[in-house]
Amino acid sequence: MDLKWNEFIITGDPLILGAQISILLGGIAVVAALTYFKKWSWLWKEWLTSVDHKKLGIMYILSALLMLFRGGIDGLMIRTQLAKPGMEFLDPQHYNEVFSTHGVIMILFMAMPFLIGLINYIVPLQIGARDVAFPYLNNLSFWTFFVGMALFNISFIIGGSPDAGWTGYTPLATNEFSPGPGQNYYLLAIQIAGIGTLMTGINFFVTILKMRTKGMTLMKMSMFTWTSLITMLIIIFAFPVLTVALAMQTFDRLFGSVLFTLQGDGNPMLWVNLFWVWGHPEVYIVILPAFGIFSEIISTFARKQLFAYKAMVVSIVTISVLSFLVWVHHFFTMGNSAEANSFFSITTMAISIPTGVKIFNWLFTMYRGRITFTTPMLWSLAFIPNFVIGGVTGVMLAMAAADYQYHNTYFLVSHFHYVLISGTVFACFAGLIYWYPKMFGHKLNEKIGKWAFWIFVIGFNVCFFPQYFLGLDGMPRRISTYLPEDGWTGLNMISTIGAFMMGLAFLIFVYNIYYSWRYSPREKTGDAWGLGRNLEWATTSSIPPHYNFAVLPEVTGLDPYWDMKEKGLDQQKNTDYKPIHMPSNSSTPAIMSALMGMAAFGLVFQWYWVGIVGAVGIFITMIVRSFDYNDGYYVSVEEIKETEAKANK
Amino acid sequence: MSQQTKKGHFPWKHIIGFLISIALTLVAFATALWTDWSSTTIFIIILIFAVIQAALQLVMFMHMTEGEDGGLISGNTLFGFFIAIVIIVGTYWLMTSGHMHMGMSM
Ligand code: HEM
Ligand SMILES: [Cu+2]
Repeated sequence: MDLKWNEFIITGDPLILGAQISILLGGIAVVAALTYFKKWSWLWKEWLTSVDHKKLGIMYILSALLMLFRGGIDGLMIRTQLAKPGMEFLDPQHYNEVFSTHGVIMILFMAMPFLIGLINYIVPLQIGARDVAFPYLNNLSFWTFFVGMALFNISFIIGGSPDAGWTGYTPLATNEFSPGPGQNYYLLAIQIAGIGTLMTGINFFVTILKMRTKGMTLMKMSMFTWTSLITMLIIIFAFPVLTVALAMQTFDRLFGSVLFTLQGDGNPMLWVNLFWVWGHPEVYIVILPAFGIFSEIISTFARKQLFAYKAMVVSIVTISVLSFLVWVHHFFTMGNSAEANSFFSITTMAISIPTGVKIFNWLFTMYRGRITFTTPMLWSLAFIPNFVIGGVTGVMLAMAAADYQYHNTYFLVSHFHYVLISGTVFACFAGLIYWYPKMFGHKLNEKIGKWAFWIFVIGFNVCFFPQYFLGLDGMPRRISTYLPEDGWTGLNMISTIGAFMMGLAFLIFVYNIYYSWRYSPREKTGDAWGLGRNLEWATTSSIPPHYNFAVLPEVTGLDPYWDMKEKGLDQQKNTDYKPIHMPSNSSTPAIMSALMGMAAFGLVFQWYWVGIVGAVGIFITMIVRSFDYNDGYYVSVEEIKETEAKANK
Repeated sequence: MSQQTKKGHFPWKHIIGFLISIALTLVAFATALWTDWSSTTIFIIILIFAVIQAALQLVMFMHMTEGEDGGLISGNTLFGFFIAIVIIVGTYWLMTSGHMHMGMSM
């Protein structure tokens, strides 16, 4: 690709210039601070090369919060542009780029890593394990995600962002209609991050199946562990489809194949089809762990076992199968036969049944419970009615004939924001607040947290409820402006106000992290809320020691930790320590992923020599890794005693 | 069943699997060589025999169903098989029916 220098670095847009300057200054500040406080080697040794699932979890969550910020800014820019007819805040090209990156970032670089971060931190604890099945792979997963994310994010300052929507539909995304590096960034960044996700899927699937502590049969696992297991199963079967589809489109764009093009024998609709074969399971990948988080929180703060645990398990297992049978509902209007549309219409309605069952499980769990209204519980309570609105409108969309009316309007936009925000995002907030003392040894301030909660939930409804009516009134999605005569002005203005309320709430949330770090009292026990039911609360200290459990707990029933407390058993009394085998840190994943980033960056600009050098580098690191005979180290009994004594103080 | 081979008895399972595999291969071969059925029919028959034989190998030689994870591995394989069929058949159906197939040379 022959790019002039001023096309390579994006210039001439004041917004982007501002971003470039702030990124530059921010980068310099971080580097300077690390050097000044001599933290480089600490950062590298303790965090970046760590294979500890807890540290990786925290790094995932921090990246996700950063992406929530970036994606949120994108969202606010979209809403600003649409606040009034004829706004000139973003030109159409820039608008297209912003909504495209918003979608990709929110789903793939915010929701996924946030949930994977929580799963990383909590699931090994809940199953009473000391780490995951493949700790090295876990670090590699994190780095491939991180490099994919970084690659995607630099697109807007170097070379230009993708602008064909988060769905990257062909033929729009082919070279003919989307020249330049933007769409290449999309393909390669998601490809790299997707490999990481697939590895996470395999890793946690094996971890949950093979590393449960003594006595924990499948039907004694916590609901969060169950939903994680099923999520991983869906990942294992859905992500390869994305990998293949992305590779095919990459071939079209870089090497001139004609798979999805309008020329030759290409079929653009095949991309749409393959995208949604992955895409619909993907929406379940981001909602199932959320269901798990709400289940944990609701049963904890209602002080009751989850109602109809078995029905819950059956319904998520059913979802795992059905989620692969509904993908066509995303393109009913693309001219399928009536038989095909009817079939997928019915399967789509069928999948809302197991989803609906769970709502009743949560309601009955709370029925006659003694509820404590903590912030995580508030988020979970708000989830129920809001998610029902999203689900009901989903069933409306599921009727193929009716969807001809709703498709590609704001009605659809509102549907998926209702399910994704009140489902996934509420769950991320709730889960982070709930498990915060596990991760950082102190709670988040409840009062500030409640402010953030109320402003966010009200803002969310103010923002998205009007969009249903805009959609019914015919406002299409992905338009950069409209006319006063369209009559959409009032509702759009309201919607924008709601969006800024959510932005404010996010800032309060982040401020709360700082405030609580300064002022919250430090937790003294492992059971920070005093109501913990599962094994993550059974650790000696609030933040578990790096080996998690000095002696692995034994499980006899559901809600094992609650059980132990009822029976007056103290997990810590068992001091029959044995040396603990732990995996060693490794620096190859970070290097390997950086080389992947380099190779991909070369491909984005079709500088093949960069790509080749990067690829050779990847193979060299793989070879180096395969001669790595380090199989971990032992924590001695003395060290365990010391750590436990310190924790018990 | 699995105990037999483990205890060093005569490996019946392998022998039977081997014989059935040979039979399947010969029948497929014969169909291709000595029948005058249309090539589509022959293709389908060979395909079916190939799938049976692959399953046979997994069960008889690679002991997929045995051991403590046998059920799990078999279940996962079946699930994977099911998903693959859904994706392929579904995609083929969609791409060849409705208005979509217009302009496609499939
Ligand atoms: C009650 C169950 C659900 C049903 C029946 C349902 C149905 C649908 C239908 C029919 C569409 C396509 C509409 C159109 O394009 O015209 C759609 C779009 C969408 N749904 Fe759902 N849905 C459900 C739950 C969910 C959940 C739980 C999520 C994610 C957490 C989700 C996320 C999405 C997304 C992201 C889109 C739009 C993607 C795009 O076109 O950009 N849905 N849904
Ligand atoms: Cu869907």
